[in-house]
Amino acid sequence: MLIAKVRRRTELGLIIIGAVIVAGAYALASLGHTASLPADIGPFLGIVLGLVVVAHLAIRRFARYADGLLLPVAGLLNGLGYIMIARLDSKLAGLQAVWSAVGVAAFIATLVIVRRSRDLQRYRYTLLLLGIVLLMLPMSPLGKEVNGARVWISLGSMSFQPGEVAKLCLVVFVASYLVTNRELLGMATWPRFRPFLPHPKYLGPLLVAIGIALAMLVVQNDFGQSLVLITLFIVMLWVGTGRIGYLAVGFGAFAAGAYLAVQHVAHVRARFDVWLHPWASYHEVGGGYQVAQGAYALAWGGLTGTGLGLGSPGLVPEAQNDFIFAVIGEELGVAGTGIILIAYLILIGCGLRIAARSTDRFDSLLAVGLTTLLGFQSFIIIGGVTRVLPLTGVALPFVSYGGSSLVASYVLLALLMRVSDESTRRVADERAHAEAAPV
Amino acid sequence: MNRQIRGLAAILLVCFTLLFVQVNLIQVGNRSCAGAIGAVVGSSTCRDDLDSDQLNSRAILRDFTRPRGSIVTADGVVIAKSVDSHDQYVYQRVYPEGSLYGQITGYYSFVYGSSGLEKRYNDDLAGQTLSQQVESLSDLFSNTDTSGNLTITIRDDLQRKARQALGDQTGTVVVLDPRSGAVLAMWSNPNFDPNPISHHDTDTDHTARDAKELLDKADGDPLINAAIGSLEAPGSTFKLVTGSVGVNTGKVTTEHPSYPNATRYQPPYGSPISNFDGEICGGTLVHILAVSCNSAFAEMGTETIGPEAMLAGASRFGFDSKPPIDLPEPKAVSTIRPPKSDEDPNRDFTRELPQLSLASIGQGPNVATPLQMAMVTAAIAHDGTIMTPHLLDVVRDTDGKITRTWHNRSWRRAISASTAATMREAMRKVVTEGTASVMAIDGYDIGAKTGTAETHDNTMNNAWMVSWGARPGAEPSVVVAVVVPDVPGYGNAATGSRIAGPIAHTVMQAALEHP
Repeated sequence: MLIAKVRRRTELGLIIIGAVIVAGAYALASLGHTASLPADIGPFLGIVLGLVVVAHLAIRRFARYADGLLLPVAGLLNGLGYIMIARLDSKLAGLQAVWSAVGVAAFIATLVIVRRSRDLQRYRYTLLLLGIVLLMLPMSPLGKEVNGARVWISLGSMSFQPGEVAKLCLVVFVASYLVTNRELLGMATWPRFRPFLPHPKYLGPLLVAIGIALAMLVVQNDFGQSLVLITLFIVMLWVGTGRIGYLAVGFGAFAAGAYLAVQHVAHVRARFDVWLHPWASYHEVGGGYQVAQGAYALAWGGLTGTGLGLGSPGLVPEAQNDFIFAVIGEELGVAGTGIILIAYLILIGCGLRIAARSTDRFDSLLAVGLTTLLGFQSFIIIGGVTRVLPLTGVALPFVSYGGSSLVASYVLLALLMRVSDESTRRVADERAHAEAAPV
Repeated sequence: MNRQIRGLAAILLVCFTLLFVQVNLIQVGNRSCAGAIGAVVGSSTCRDDLDSDQLNSRAILRDFTRPRGSIVTADGVVIAKSVDSHDQYVYQRVYPEGSLYGQITGYYSFVYGSSGLEKRYNDDLAGQTLSQQVESLSDLFSNTDTSGNLTITIRDDLQRKARQALGDQTGTVVVLDPRSGAVLAMWSNPNFDPNPISHHDTDTDHTARDAKELLDKADGDPLINAAIGSLEAPGSTFKLVTGSVGVNTGKVTTEHPSYPNATRYQPPYGSPISNFDGEICGGTLVHILAVSCNSAFAEMGTETIGPEAMLAGASRFGFDSKPPIDLPEPKAVSTIRPPKSDEDPNRDFTRELPQLSLASIGQGPNVATPLQMAMVTAAIAHDGTIMTPHLLDVVRDTDGKITRTWHNRSWRRAISASTAATMREAMRKVVTEGTASVMAIDGYDIGAKTGTAETHDNTMNNAWMVSWGARPGAEPSVVVAVVVPDVPGYGNAATGSRIAGPIAHTVMQAALEHP
């Protein structure tokens, strides 16, 4: 009981601090942009605080033993992203506000519906099917193409990227499959006369599932999500089986595939060249203009940035989306980008701590998968913007504009909290038992 | 499984550390490289100095969308200001006086950058200097207009007078106050109107581009301020330097030496230097300056003074240095040194004495900007000291408070005060008894020197007039230098007086009569 109390009190305190920071930044952005305080600063603070407090109350009710850092940090990222979007485009800001509310609702719904993580394990094939159907949806007549990638579906006036949610389904499937078949996948039994691989019977279904998922994404021209999924599968295989060979073989195969793609596929080659020499194709359509502008924006920010509302985010294409990190860097400098990086590190640290502390293998692997998803997706997009990696467009979790990404991120957060709640509760119960029992 | 989780944590930590290093490299180091720390792929993928990168429009955009101060002459005429542009740039720069101040203000273009005072005092105009920023620290939270209005030293009446006097002729007029170095007028033909080139072009409107193309093709580089950017043979006006160096080194006095009456001077070897029209002249300093005797000054420079002292003396007047004026490049370097050759690899006349003979009378290797010859005259007028020439007077913020003032400073001590007094006396005689009689103005103390330099194989002449003027009982307060280059026709000692003289006279009179 004590542990839950402390965690919830910490959470509430951090939430209030975060909300005040976000509201202050909102006011500053408006001052910088129009030299006047926003008229809605009061209601804004109320809504920001209201949303996270509602989520907090839900946690008190449904997952009171869960880690207390995750929600405040996610809320802070969400808030900072919202401020940048509001500064770029007030229409998008309105939508993003609605999506944030939907995201929090999804967070609460997940906590309410998934009362025990083991429930998920039971529906693993259903979830796999759901994941693949979601990935296929953009290929249906509902789908539409944006910037060359057919990853969207439109429902009326709303657009949705089903791949974001599909990833979560796949994490659950892979975690549960690996836990069930862990022993068999950890042993080399095939071919019989000189075994060096697990029997295809056990590895097969997994590879087929992964293959279908990747094929969907390649057909849809979505490099970013493919990269995230490949990383996810390789990491989960490695952690789930405990065999480093999966890591080595996985990344080896990936590197070979990437090399071949760069050599033989024209548009992959083009992306690779843009990464190496963005200024060489600066003036070409689909060339290095965006990456170069991202570098300019970051560089212009320097240590402390131009100040909120005082940069020129309009110069960076997709500033509200893939490149939101660059425009945050322009207006908040290294101070701002450093905070973003640290925020993700905190989320990753919490996620992995939850994984390490859980005594249930499925819970543990699920937490690993969810954290990998969050961590590598952030790394891949920030790395793309800063030229550590070739640019592949994925959303920056919690920060980028986009409903699907935001909702999926909140669901991911809720699942992590569910795992955290369960493992801590178990420990607390055991301790309570031990104290109650006479020696 | 926990071992793997720790491994995963380490991998992610490394990934994010790479991001953090890369972010610092870009944001603090201003350098963008592919791969981690630029090391994985190599520095050939790197781009440095992102903030000032030519393709980075942030600096220009920042300045363009901000209020920008105006530029005003000493007598209150607005020559550059910003008005609402009703487009994405918010402001449009306009120059109400058109071409009259084009080469001084320069242009301010989104496409072509800026030139002239717009470039030199960009930070002051945009309100970006430290003093302007510190001033407004208290207004940190509002977008205070910190822009600065420039008041310059140019007198609009003199600038107009210079334009009117020069008329359609190619040439340059520079007017200085020798006591402070303030530039009172600076006009040359050809010139340009900065309005079209500062226009905001769109996809359908190519005003700026067309104007720039036309100016680039035009004869005589109208975009270049000839007063500081073009070099002409100074001809006999350079005899002021030769004479000054002679007096200052003690080798020449008003009595001694007396140069022989001759039609020409024969250097130790090489071709002789002839007087104009084969006239016979000679005598002591004051007389030979008054009649502008080539043979005498050629001998003075070559034999009385000698190569080293001539080079040293000329450099004390500012030769071999860029003009120190507060205008941006292009600036030309005046020099008397011979071009590098096999005979004279050091460019110091040691083995090129005939070149020194020519240089001593402002011919041969000797080339100077109009501003340089004005500074020579100013040194003589101001007791031997050249004040740093400048256009800036003060910068004021929008409330009229001064944020920057030009403090007068001396640039070079060219000659001693007594040498300057001797040379002033000699220049008076040039007006009263010699070739510059056209410069006489009743009631004022005037000294002058004409110049006619042969150019283009003796078929053309540069016509020069340099002069100083003083109000009764006061020290000289105006220096006027005029050059009209490439006047066609056979060389005649009177060309400087005839062509440049009336222009200098008109401007000098206006400067002295209407302070």
